[in-house]
Amino acid sequence: MSEMSAMNRKIIQNLAETFSRQIKHFNRTEMECLIRLFNGLLGDQSDRRAANGLDRGKFRNILHKTFGMTDDMIMDRVFHAFDKDNDGYVSVKEWTEGLSVFLRGTLDEKIRYCFDVYDLNGDGHISREEMFHMLKNSLIRQPTEEDPDEGIKDLVEIALKKMDHDHDGRLSYTDFEKAVREEDLLLEAFGTCLPDAKSILAFEQQAFQDPLEN
Amino acid sequence: MGVALSRAAQWTTASSGAGKLEVTPLNESLLKEILRFVEQFSSKYPQEASLLFKEPLQWETSLQPSDFKNEYDVSGVVVKSQETGSDGQPLLQLSSSAISVYSFSQLSKIVQLAKNKKLKEVRACLEANKDPTAKILGPSFATVEGEDMSVLRLLEKVTEDNVSKETEVKMKLLLLLQQLDTLLLSNSLKQIAQEVRLNPATVKNDVELLKRFCGEGEKRVLKSVEYTSDYLFSNGCRTPPWRQVHGEICYLIIETCDTDPLHITCSTAGVFLNGGIKQEGDDKDYERKGDVYKDLVTLLKNKSPHFTENIDKQDFAVNEEPLLTQKMEHVESVDAEEQGQTQRSYELQEKNVLEKARQQRVQNKPGGSKKSEPSLKWKNLGLASPYEDAGGKKSTKHGVNDTFVETQDRPVRSESKKRANFSLSSLPGRLSSQKMKSAGGTGTEDFSESSSESEEDEEQPERRPETNTDLPSEYWQIQKLVKYLKGGNQPATVIALCSMRDFNLAQETCQLAIRDVGGLEVLINLLDTEEVKCKIGSLKILKEISRNSQIRRAIADLGGLQTMVKILDSQDKELKCLAAETIANVAKFRRGRRTVRQYGGIKRLVELLDCVPDSAALTEEEQERDVEVARCGALALWSCSKSTRNKEAIRRAGGIPLLARLLKSPHENMLIPVVGTLQECASEGSYRIAIQTEGMIEDLVKNLSCDNQELQMHCASAIFKCAEDKTTRDLVRLFGGLKPLVNLLKETENKQLLAATTGAIWKCSISMENVVKFQEYKALETLVALLTHQPEEVLVNVVGALGECAQKPANRAVIRKWGGVEPLVELLTGTNRALLVNVTRAVGACATEPENMAIIDQLDGVRLLWSLLKNPNPDVQASAAWAICPCIENAKDAGEMVRSFVGGLELIVNLLRSVDGEVLASVCAAIAKIAKDEENLAVITDHGVVPMLAKLTDTTDDRLRRHLAEAVARCCLWGSNKVSFGEAGAVAPLVRYLKSMDASVHRATAQALFQLSKDPNNCITMHEHGVVKLLLAMMGSTDEVLQEAAAGCVANIRRLALANEKARYG
Repeated sequence: MSEMSAMNRKIIQNLAETFSRQIKHFNRTEMECLIRLFNGLLGDQSDRRAANGLDRGKFRNILHKTFGMTDDMIMDRVFHAFDKDNDGYVSVKEWTEGLSVFLRGTLDEKIRYCFDVYDLNGDGHISREEMFHMLKNSLIRQPTEEDPDEGIKDLVEIALKKMDHDHDGRLSYTDFEKAVREEDLLLEAFGTCLPDAKSILAFEQQAFQDPLEN
Repeated sequence: MGVALSRAAQWTTASSGAGKLEVTPLNESLLKEILRFVEQFSSKYPQEASLLFKEPLQWETSLQPSDFKNEYDVSGVVVKSQETGSDGQPLLQLSSSAISVYSFSQLSKIVQLAKNKKLKEVRACLEANKDPTAKILGPSFATVEGEDMSVLRLLEKVTEDNVSKETEVKMKLLLLLQQLDTLLLSNSLKQIAQEVRLNPATVKNDVELLKRFCGEGEKRVLKSVEYTSDYLFSNGCRTPPWRQVHGEICYLIIETCDTDPLHITCSTAGVFLNGGIKQEGDDKDYERKGDVYKDLVTLLKNKSPHFTENIDKQDFAVNEEPLLTQKMEHVESVDAEEQGQTQRSYELQEKNVLEKARQQRVQNKPGGSKKSEPSLKWKNLGLASPYEDAGGKKSTKHGVNDTFVETQDRPVRSESKKRANFSLSSLPGRLSSQKMKSAGGTGTEDFSESSSESEEDEEQPERRPETNTDLPSEYWQIQKLVKYLKGGNQPATVIALCSMRDFNLAQETCQLAIRDVGGLEVLINLLDTEEVKCKIGSLKILKEISRNSQIRRAIADLGGLQTMVKILDSQDKELKCLAAETIANVAKFRRGRRTVRQYGGIKRLVELLDCVPDSAALTEEEQERDVEVARCGALALWSCSKSTRNKEAIRRAGGIPLLARLLKSPHENMLIPVVGTLQECASEGSYRIAIQTEGMIEDLVKNLSCDNQELQMHCASAIFKCAEDKTTRDLVRLFGGLKPLVNLLKETENKQLLAATTGAIWKCSISMENVVKFQEYKALETLVALLTHQPEEVLVNVVGALGECAQKPANRAVIRKWGGVEPLVELLTGTNRALLVNVTRAVGACATEPENMAIIDQLDGVRLLWSLLKNPNPDVQASAAWAICPCIENAKDAGEMVRSFVGGLELIVNLLRSVDGEVLASVCAAIAKIAKDEENLAVITDHGVVPMLAKLTDTTDDRLRRHLAEAVARCCLWGSNKVSFGEAGAVAPLVRYLKSMDASVHRATAQALFQLSKDPNNCITMHEHGVVKLLLAMMGSTDEVLQEAAAGCVANIRRLALANEKARYG
């Protein structure tokens, strides 16, 4: 067993070495920690066959428990954003790549990431319908209102008015980027898809503590 | 008119049967109105007047057959009109006293015939015909409770029949009758509105109020107010149930100061004296023994003159107290509400008709008392406020606030007089008014409109369409956004916040719209959440709109400052910055500043200042952010530093060294708030010392040369305040600050900067070394040029500086050469106190030069100075008197000039009565100068200068002593003044002056004593007080004048002694 873990350590170190050259924001030790964490999470996974990565449920669980996300749809979209090869699993590479933006991304990276999360069908635009879909639970329904969706529709229009610079009725990446640069609050305009400072701090503290203690 | 008659008119028994109309003011006015209608009917509407009634109006008349003249056939007791209907029926028939009438033309005639019995006839007619409309137009038009369908019915008829002439006329008649009805209703409403019904609550209130006026001592208004029964029924009455049915609420025994105890019944109809009910009395005790009054106060005013006299003095308190409770409490408690109600009832008489009607309705509504509470509106800054605002701005429409304020300072007296007029109000009146309310609809359009206004608290959504006409479209958009803020999750909130930021938040419409739709509450609530983005978004908006002073107050009222202070502890630096910036805006008024301090804001803000510039440990970006945090902290402290206690708090929190460190910053946007705070705080001595010792003067001086005028202004202003201190003035010079200051004098367009610069120059010029520098930099020339066309705050400083510079003779010549004397003299006509003090000083300084004096004289400057002695401000008086001294000294024919001022000498002598030490010293100095002229000395002696000076001799103020002694010395030269001084007891105190530490006092005193010693009695007094020893010491002085005077005095004393010896011993 110790031989195995020694081998594992070797592999992990090598992997970390490689990743830290490819992926920004994490140094080698941190990378190592993240890989270890990934392996740990994977180990828990009941479905041993899926050794190639974290499945959707597992990943969503992490998002919910560690980063306090609640919106199902957004969590799915975050999974999608992590799962770059779209194979339904977040591999160790995808995991570290994803976290680099998720935890420490620059504004540019975050804009790209959020746009990808919000672009539900991946056609390069956030359409009215997509916005509606994402915002549909964002308002408390007033029972008195004739059309309960009216508020949402209105909100979508407000968002479009604010962000649709080329007036084509949908948000292109350029629109989105421009709007966020003007007002960075709009980064997460259609749903919370990034962790807040507090949970980042908590996560990093936990993940990057001395591996020997693990 | 059916509605009016059945509802408004007051019938003796409930509205069925053969009721009689009561004799009440209300009924009387109703009858008069109907009478006027009938009288004018046949002339106004001849066609309708001849229409035949369906049924005749029949009643018992008091008219006699003999009253009927031509146009009538009179036979015995029977009278028939010559006018007949289409069927030959006479339109008027009278047999014995029964009369029947078929048309309005005849009614009009009867009324004319009845002459002074008119009203009686109308009343009899109406009593007999309770629903005249039904008789006139047929039973289908009878007045039915509820909706009035008569018009519809008539319309049906009109459409059924081919429009015949008759129906058309009928239609018109009906409409006329309905018009009358409406008129009657609205008139009766006026009457009803003037009545105030009593209820247990109001009575209880009144009693409690009166109890407060009871007590001991001269000032009490009443001896005691007691209920007869302590038992309180659940309905609030204290009377036995069988009396409650009569509307009686309680019985009181009130002991006044000047009458027998009053036994009083309070009933719903009013209050009156009873037969003396104690516990449970005979039936006859319950009977009314006097007039019915509106309320207790009115009754007491009528019964007790003492009460009347004294209650007026209490009025303010009577009115004020309920008001206060309303303001303080949230008006949930029953008591406060009731107080509010009585308050309102007091108001009633004063209001215009519509308002009366409306409030009356509100009052009568069972359980509806709450909605007329003004304080509710005051408190509801939320949705209620737009209407309040709309009303408030127009200030008339329906502002409850307005009425509220009005009543506050209106004495009760006037209204109680009015109320006494309505003391006849009775139970039926109330019933009818209540009924009328429930009717609401038919013929009451005129007041139904206003009633909706009174219910605005309840029925806001309905009112909206009325008010929205003049609201801008932003209002509705903002309202919608606020709705999303309230009910949205984070993304929705963020979108709404961002969208709200797209409005022009600098515009007042938007600022107030956010407040009015309840947006402030939501924004402040967001600050309490965990969502950083929401907090940031909310603060970004609050930061902008808090530039508006109304918004500031509202934010403070909603507890926003407390939350923002808490946010200062946050980790997020952007959040900290925004919170500090918003605090900077909100803390622009006193209460806001106090709140910041009380919640520990000052300490936290000071902590924000603690950034380490050029720290290697931080990245450039992080450093920039830290600097920004510090800048925002400084901004907030700047706002806060306008309160003295905050200045102290900043100092105690260790703010001064941090400010000193930030003062070294190269960034202007950092320096402005830092220097702003410093110059604000420099009003405190502790800060001035700190600014000097922490080496901040150097930085301030350095920044005088920056290219930002605002920063320059604050630096100059800080120097202005700090340069009161000599060391600071020297430091400014040493750091080379005088030159940049002089350079700044060129910025004549920026008046604030100019004021600060000239201020700094003024204070710096108090040191002569600095004046030399200013001379070198040719500052005087520039300053003289600034004597004209400048605002007062600049002028004060410029003149101050000139006054200081002119202490140097060379500068006086410069001022003259550059034409500065003329404008200075001109400024003597001003009114600004600070300016006058400085101008007089400057003119005085200039006047020490004879050439300048010539100009001043020519411009009649001395007269102007003299007239300033009349200024009520002692500083001005003193400064003017000081300036007068050199003028008299240097003017040609000074004596003649002084005499030419009519009443001038008397004026200055009278100033010796002043209590201000400086005034006294200056006036003594002036008198010493004036007294050089013998004639003038004679005049001031006549004005009693000697005893007045003598009275002042007890002073211990050396400055006054010196000038007083001079004045005494001068005044001794006239007539028997030296004797008078001795008699007035001035000698002994003067001797004591020689023990003073001040050499200049010695000199003047020795001169005075020398003069006084020419009178033997004075010599004796001096000698008794041990003057010789003191003078002998003075004779050794190096001051020759002092030597001579002392020696002269001693010589006089010695001479007297010798003469005395000679006389005694031959």
